[in-house]
Amino acid sequence: MNYERIKEKLNILADAAKYDVSCASSGSKRTNKNKGLGNSSGMGICHSYTEDGRCVSLLKILLTNYCIFDCAYCVTRKSNDIPRAAFKVQEVVDLTIAFYRRNYIEGLFLSSGIFKNADYTMERLIAVAKKLRKEENFNGYIHLKSIPGASDALMREAGLYADRLSVNIEIPSVEGLKLLAPDKKRNDFLRPMEKVKNEIIQYRSERKIIKNTPVYAPAGQSTQMIIGAAGETDAEIMYNSAYLYKKYNLKRVYYSGYIPISYDARLPSIGTNVPLLRENRLYQTDWLLRFYGFDIRELLSKEHPNLDSDIDPKLSWALRNLALFPVDINKADRGMIARVPGIGLKSVHKILQARRFRRLHWDHLKALGIAANRAKYFIVCDAPSFETKDRTAAQIKGLILQESKHKFRGMLNGQLNLFDPVTPMVG
Amino acid sequence: MIKFLIYDGSFDGFLSVVFKVYDERLSKIRILREAQYDHAHTLFDEKEVVQTNVTHAKRVWKTLKQKCSHHGLRLIYKAYLSEIAGSEESMLIFIQKQLKASSPISQNYSDPDILRLSKVVKMVDREKHRLDAFVRFRQTKEGVYFAVISPDFNVLPLNISHFKHRYADQKWIIYDLKRKYGIYYDLVRVEIITFKFDPGALSPNVGYAEEEMQFEALWKNYFKSTNITSRKNTRLHHQHVPKRYWKYLIEKRP
Repeated sequence: MNYERIKEKLNILADAAKYDVSCASSGSKRTNKNKGLGNSSGMGICHSYTEDGRCVSLLKILLTNYCIFDCAYCVTRKSNDIPRAAFKVQEVVDLTIAFYRRNYIEGLFLSSGIFKNADYTMERLIAVAKKLRKEENFNGYIHLKSIPGASDALMREAGLYADRLSVNIEIPSVEGLKLLAPDKKRNDFLRPMEKVKNEIIQYRSERKIIKNTPVYAPAGQSTQMIIGAAGETDAEIMYNSAYLYKKYNLKRVYYSGYIPISYDARLPSIGTNVPLLRENRLYQTDWLLRFYGFDIRELLSKEHPNLDSDIDPKLSWALRNLALFPVDINKADRGMIARVPGIGLKSVHKILQARRFRRLHWDHLKALGIAANRAKYFIVCDAPSFETKDRTAAQIKGLILQESKHKFRGMLNGQLNLFDPVTPMVG
Repeated sequence: MIKFLIYDGSFDGFLSVVFKVYDERLSKIRILREAQYDHAHTLFDEKEVVQTNVTHAKRVWKTLKQKCSHHGLRLIYKAYLSEIAGSEESMLIFIQKQLKASSPISQNYSDPDILRLSKVVKMVDREKHRLDAFVRFRQTKEGVYFAVISPDFNVLPLNISHFKHRYADQKWIIYDLKRKYGIYYDLVRVEIITFKFDPGALSPNVGYAEEEMQFEALWKNYFKSTNITSRKNTRLHHQHVPKRYWKYLIEKRP
């Protein structure tokens, strides 16, 4: 192995891959076979965290950053003057195995610029995964990119070796896509997604009948949207997500605040802040959809197209629906308790367990970890004292903000303008 | 007067203490490990050293198995592994409450004693998970993958299954410098081992395979290139990777 050359390539191709925020290594069902290497049947593990606080779980690299496309938001776009490199299939295999054996990583995340054409690129990605599985008996986690426009036959093969497949929507709206990535069509993203979804369903049903049917993309599919590059509202982004979750059974949608990498006039200029707070609010909304039983229409609408920046989306929903509160902690069902601001799913579980033994009062609730400063306006429990005053939503919001320390407080004022309607785009 | 019961620090030792407490109907006691006793307590308290008795321990465990849920048994064992002073008393209170109760109580989070115990266990679980993540193997000249750590709690026994299933085709050792023992997988089974020398003092360049330094350099490089400087968030970084682990993390070493 020529370590110097590998090092150069790794620098270029890891640097180019880092804007893809997906890092999950959980949710697969691949167990160690025949005393081979690796196991990805348990929960995901973050082996390290970069200085930006993001998890390092997989060796995340591009096979190459040569690309025939010229998408404005992408650092590897054809017109960008940057050093280019390409890994050989065997090099990626060796690097993955060496890192995995030392417990640096959970597996491989392999993406690629598109060279020659979609199928040719997809074939190379599959070759890496196939080699890892067949020759190295590697049972770690493999996340492959579905290359937009790749053929159905290749997508079918990819799922046999990969745990997760993903294709990035990147730009949520059709108009935005036309403007920033004129070479790509929305349908190119959706077609491989559709194919993989159908294969997953088919393999699952076959597995019920024939036990040794191979697993097919056991960790499902994910996608990513760039936030703040093309001027979409939060509603546009999240309705897109809700649709993708439902239509394609996606496991995850990632939101990546746009990091300015270009002087292109169509995009926020270099030096613009990354919209971290907005990203955070979108993830909160995403969690409400997936785990807290919310419907997107409850959280965002035509009248309410953007999320509040100063309070979280659950609190914001509760303030719009004060008629549903207060909730009796000792009687309400799981779903309703989960809708109380300041009570997360872990607390919901503890409350349900604890109340089998006795009626709960404030001390219990505080001890088991609810955020009482928010929750107290929305619940009653086994206690004589309550927040009984009839307060308006604005009053409650004011009181909560007064009492709470905001993680993004420093950023809040500076970023508020990002939530205002964005000026119409050029063109 | 409070009576101090001293045990040898083994799990069977603790269960022997429980047996004694029931057998002699003791109350007003405190339970300490041998190692904890010397510097912590006055001359005037009554103390008794409890000999570990495997038969007694087995009887206690058998009774607990009948009364506790799996969750409850894990609660006791993991709290034991925490080695936190005073956790033995919490464990004893839990056992006493459980033996009186008619159904499993390990998830009664309205009980302050059980809540406290489950918080200790949560810390142990988190440390176990951190170990799964932060162990960094180095390949020795003999081809064994070797790692040293010094976890806050005695979590190594909880990690065995994870590493055994993951690295089934390579020999490996994970050595706990603080507690001076390690686990060794020889391609068939995992054994507890101890060293006569201090493996922490091994210089990184001696005894390791030639390509080891190369792969470490590559990993450090990767770690740097995958960072996005415009998103720098030092607080979050430190929260996820507390500084006390840095000395074992190749990517965090200078």
